[in-house]
Amino acid sequence: MPGLGTSFGRGGATTYVQDLRNADCILIEGSNFAECHPVAFRFVMMAKERGAKIIHVDPRFTRTSALADIYAPIRSGTDIVFLGALISWMIENERYFREYVVAYTNASFLVGEAFGDTEDLDGLFSGFNDVPPGHSGDHDRGSMGMMGKDDNAHGPAPGTYTTDSWQFEMEDVPRADGDGTVKKPKRDETLQHPRCVINVLRRHFARYTPELVEDVCGTPRESFLEIANALADNSTRERTTAFAYAVGWTQHTVGVQYIRTASILQMLLGNMGRPGGGIMALRGHANIQGATDIPTLYDSLPGYLPMPSALREEQTLAEYLKNATKPTGWWANTPKYVISLLKAYYGDAATAENDYAFEYLPQISGDHSALPTQVLMKDGGVKGYFVIGQNPASSGLNAELARAALERLEWMVVVDGYETETAAFWQREGADPSKIGTELFFLPSAVILEKEGTMVNTNRLLQFHDKAVEPAGDARSDLYLFHQLGLRLKALYEKSTDPKDRGIGLLTWDYTSDDEHERAKGEPSVRRVLQEINGYLVKPGEPMTECEQVPGFAALKDDGSTACGCWIYSGVAPDKATNRARSRRGDDIASLDWGFAWPANRRMLYNRASADPDGKPWSERKKYIYWDEAAGKWMGPDVPDFPVDKSPHAQAQPGASGIDAHSGSDPFIMQVDGRAQLFVAGALKDGPLPAHYEPLESVVRNPVYKQHNNPTLREWDRDDNRYNAPESPDFPYVLTTYRLTEHSGIMTRYVPWLAELQPALFAEIDPELAVQKHVRNGDWVTIVTKLGEIEARALVSGRMRPLRLGKGRRVHQVGIPYNYGTLGHATGDTVGQLIPLAMDPNVSIHEAKTITCTIRAGRRSTYAAATDIVDRDVPSDQRTTTGESHPHGRDNGAV
Amino acid sequence: MSKGFFTDTTLCIGCKACEVACKQWNQLPADGYEFSGNSYDNTMALGATTWRHVAFIEQTAPPEAPPSLNKWLMMSDVCKHCTHAGCMEACPTGAIVRNEFDDVYIQPDVCNGCGYCVPSCPFGVVDLISHADYTEGRHFESDGRTHDDATQTTGGIAGKCTLCYDRQKVGFIPACAKACPTESIQFGDVAELHERAKKRVETLAERGVDSYLYGVDSGASTGNLNAFFLLTEAPGAYNLPERPVLPSTHQRAGYTSAALAAAALTAIGFAIFRRA
Repeated sequence: MPGLGTSFGRGGATTYVQDLRNADCILIEGSNFAECHPVAFRFVMMAKERGAKIIHVDPRFTRTSALADIYAPIRSGTDIVFLGALISWMIENERYFREYVVAYTNASFLVGEAFGDTEDLDGLFSGFNDVPPGHSGDHDRGSMGMMGKDDNAHGPAPGTYTTDSWQFEMEDVPRADGDGTVKKPKRDETLQHPRCVINVLRRHFARYTPELVEDVCGTPRESFLEIANALADNSTRERTTAFAYAVGWTQHTVGVQYIRTASILQMLLGNMGRPGGGIMALRGHANIQGATDIPTLYDSLPGYLPMPSALREEQTLAEYLKNATKPTGWWANTPKYVISLLKAYYGDAATAENDYAFEYLPQISGDHSALPTQVLMKDGGVKGYFVIGQNPASSGLNAELARAALERLEWMVVVDGYETETAAFWQREGADPSKIGTELFFLPSAVILEKEGTMVNTNRLLQFHDKAVEPAGDARSDLYLFHQLGLRLKALYEKSTDPKDRGIGLLTWDYTSDDEHERAKGEPSVRRVLQEINGYLVKPGEPMTECEQVPGFAALKDDGSTACGCWIYSGVAPDKATNRARSRRGDDIASLDWGFAWPANRRMLYNRASADPDGKPWSERKKYIYWDEAAGKWMGPDVPDFPVDKSPHAQAQPGASGIDAHSGSDPFIMQVDGRAQLFVAGALKDGPLPAHYEPLESVVRNPVYKQHNNPTLREWDRDDNRYNAPESPDFPYVLTTYRLTEHSGIMTRYVPWLAELQPALFAEIDPELAVQKHVRNGDWVTIVTKLGEIEARALVSGRMRPLRLGKGRRVHQVGIPYNYGTLGHATGDTVGQLIPLAMDPNVSIHEAKTITCTIRAGRRSTYAAATDIVDRDVPSDQRTTTGESHPHGRDNGAV
Repeated sequence: MSKGFFTDTTLCIGCKACEVACKQWNQLPADGYEFSGNSYDNTMALGATTWRHVAFIEQTAPPEAPPSLNKWLMMSDVCKHCTHAGCMEACPTGAIVRNEFDDVYIQPDVCNGCGYCVPSCPFGVVDLISHADYTEGRHFESDGRTHDDATQTTGGIAGKCTLCYDRQKVGFIPACAKACPTESIQFGDVAELHERAKKRVETLAERGVDSYLYGVDSGASTGNLNAFFLLTEAPGAYNLPERPVLPSTHQRAGYTSAALAAAALTAIGFAIFRRA
């Protein structure tokens, strides 16, 4: 998400899957599109039928590869080398779309003199705060004791970067209103200056050559060049190329930087915001986009507003807004969204006088994401746990630790349509229920068609679904749980005089259903929730639900006259009668009347860039949004991602706020300077540019830099989270994980028609390795890491191929699907048992796509190699007080 | 007017939505949970309770060869609804008929489970439904709803694709065609499908892809297949017969020999016993 967010302005897919049919070339990498998004893959097939070239780069030859025109193998975990070499090739061979790059990106901006690149510092960027020797955690850090994402208040934390040297060289530019000057980045539009971004980029990736790709990725040079030429040939005024990726790119300790590399490449190729171009981030679950929009993330408020943090100076609303608001670009409107959100939460109790009840919002004090919380739980630091539609005992990383952690809870509530491995954790192999004190509640939940509501898919599209049947027995919607909890908590806290309890009492909670039947069951009104998300024009004293709804986020104000539960969705229900998420009128272009996309029903983001600086389409063939001089507005089949009546020739107003500071040819309105960011000046924790670092578990030493891993990656160095050392002779194979079309998890394993299609866990092994290990197709095989071992049936296939790396290394990759667990008709060991906890520093995403392993013929002899370690308490000097991870730090290759 | 399927294997992504849609619509039981080791194909063959089956054929190149040379054929197999159907010829009760859509249909209330149709299908499509799967409810979870008499509901009788006779009767397209995300399975008027398919072969040829139609104007004794296929390798690669043979074709020779032998023996016997 921040890979796209920092590059372009919003953390979401930049286009919609239907637009893929307009591509002349599609690069699918870090994704198994045909298997994991088969319905959306239709549009790739349509593109192919129109003559588009389909390219698939993947460690395995999959069902996607079978339909691709070009397939290239790659060592899992090395895509930054592959994409970086493409960047280098495009620059060196001058195949990038120069006019687009100069006008729409920060290619011409000068990077400050203090910047030190990985080429100068053995693989580090300037500003790295070293981890002192012997430092193994953060519990020794001061009275706050906690390491958060923003530690400026407490001095630079070890293993992080201070990003001051990653800034642009600034110059004073006269303000448009004549009142002095304002600082803007210095530029060289001729792109000659050695410190202008494109030259910094050139130097940074100079060693990323086709030969390096062969050495590091194991991808044949010929394949690389074939792909480079296909991309360049299809990224011009007349032709566009789209990228599609999924968790094969994100689930790495450098995951965000993978996305950055792809973003840089697409910027250079001039494909962003153009039909058949863009970056299609393929989000997985049906509502995962909704789950980050509203969100379930600990560090963000609805609409990607930052959660207040105890680690920053923001105890008051004013301080918080100062930190969160950008002076230029669309985020200058932040206060309107924050105050409207507070009005939605607290209604009349939120007034200008009391800072709109800001003090009642919780503040984060560290990294409370899933992995640290899991570790904290294992150490006894978490009392209670709501597990809703999630199954950590089966699909969690370091699954044994996840299961053991559940034994330390005082209570757990599992809400699901099935009794999952998580709900049944106390019955698992090796568990002794008499020793488990956890009080377990299992609440059966209604499944999709047994309740109404919205889902938000990878197109950022809200689609409402109706209730088709009554749920069985006592099953209720998930919304019922929160609605009822809210009502009962409010009642319990009503009499409390403790100031910290007041917030709950003050919450507006008017979701009572109008439907008698639903009301009798305790189910809330989904319609009211949606209307609150859309927003109201509030009047003091009048119940919010009686007020008029706002037409969209442009109507939101910072004076307390509007309330809005999620600004990016505003517009979905602009009046009492309308639910745009429910509309179903489709067409062959953008289908603006099918569902409601955020923001403001835009389907393709950054679409101003589909026209040149003068507002004319780059070509007739790739016409999308364009300026109509006579009408005085932007026209086209989609909602313009630009002020609809702002001329392409509008002058930038230095010193003005919001997007008035941008000219009429600055398409990336969310960005401070209106440009796509080739070089990101400080918003990411591991670098302004991507660099190749090996995964935590790797079969080789980093061939590119002395710095082996991402120095800012987060890990837990403890007995119950052991990981394989780099280049360990005991674990010489790369293990990669993925999912199958036929399964998700427990939901599908219980469906006989799906279970019979893929009934058992299998491991894909290349024929050469199979012979070496005396494993025949169909035999049982055991896969081992330092964390444990699991067994699977061997599927020996030439679709897996050993890779030839540099220095004559021959590396085998083993693939294993992630969909299995002990319950259901189709069962198997859980792959998560093999994978140690490690995360990227920006979003705490786990590394699941590339670990190392060994294999042996036969069934497993033990449940987990380290079972006794996991069930035993971790020594207290290895625990952190918060479950917090610690940074990897400088790593010059010593084991 | 003949209705049928054109299955274009170059559009198949191996998702198996067709298998699942068919089973769900017809409320067929799962066939068991055995790992086959046969690529991604665990259902293995068409049978009494599997009426769409996706075959996976790996044709991989050695590791040193250019990676794009790897091939993985995927094909959704189905009853061919032959214009000269072996199963229909063998059926002694008249259970197997050609319906008004020119598709081969087993009437479940007429079939007596004799099983003569089973060896008579040159493609190995039809089979007998085991009693146990239905009476013991093995691998079977239904929502309790029933369809009309076009659906298989009891064990012991023969089962195969009905070309969604019940859906066609109310103007719906077959479940598998409806579910297929890439339109690899196309349903329609057979003559029109032939036209479309022939154009498709040409289009693919222009792109350098060699293909042909299996079950169209081949001269095989099964006649044209109302469910025909576009393939890119020889039929044997897909486990299809190179040249399907209607079993009754052999019978002519058999009956003729038998008639000649009878005539010859009669003549000889007459000659020997005439003196007596």
